Amino acid sequence: MGGIVSFIILMLIGFFFGRANEARHFNRLQREEAELSYITTVNLKKLPKDLEPGGVVVSGNVVIAVDYFKKIAAALRMIIGGRLKSYESLLERARREAIIRMKKQAQAMGANAIYNVRLEFSAIGSQPQAFGGVELLAYGTAVKLK
Amino acid sequence: MAQEFTRHGLWFSLHFLVSMETLMQELTLTNLETVPGRDIVRHLGLVQGNTVRSKHLGRDIMAGLKNIVGGELKGYTELLSDARDEATDRMVEEARGLGANAVVNIRYSTSSVTAGASELYVYGTAVVAE
Repeated sequence: MGGIVSFIILMLIGFFFGRANEARHFNRLQREEAELSYITTVNLKKLPKDLEPGGVVVSGNVVIAVDYFKKIAAALRMIIGGRLKSYESLLERARREAIIRMKKQAQAMGANAIYNVRLEFSAIGSQPQAFGGVELLAYGTAVKLK
Repeated sequence: MAQEFTRHGLWFSLHFLVSMETLMQELTLTNLETVPGRDIVRHLGLVQGNTVRSKHLGRDIMAGLKNIVGGELKGYTELLSDARDEATDRMVEEARGLGANAVVNIRYSTSSVTAGASELYVYGTAVVAE
């Protein structure tokens, strides 16, 4: 009985706080992306001719976890298979956040472009499925175009 | 004797200064195949750095709580970025030892060795650029 009660409480906490967190995070992502949009990020290796010598590797990482409600929802969804929306939004948030952090590093150096951007994904912990957390790393070479 | 000692000391401090200078010299790190705006004159070979880290219990408990509401696990983010910095430092040391002034085509990768620990690995090519 106690198990069911705590399960329901966790589901409710996860549902409300998780949703609020996600909405807030998406708002912040949108705002910061707009602020940093002057930094061009491309995954090309070829550099244009007119740039200042020197480049620096910049990187941004984030470890993010899914909330309890979404975890259960995804587990249920896995019975019938199909699209797991809760994990889609988790990965989208993680990617965008990692890119923003990378751009912030570039901004601090006064760069205005990042070349050869790569996104690296890793699952954390002994049982990634149980943990539900992922790490996203974005890195690239920051340069200053004239 | 004293004169010789002074000369020796002078040579030593000069040597020290020179080695300090090479240490202080900025090593350019890029993940491109070239150093932007400069030419590569010599390839010195692959350099790498790694570190294996495990998470600790306190952070695990915090992460467990955070798992209910979802969102960023700041402890882990820091842990991994610190570990990556250390791996990068090791790679830079190796590159300096070879006399390089840049490392190009850097790649990061992560692998899990055992339950609860992960290896952060970074590698690149040490070069001399002008």
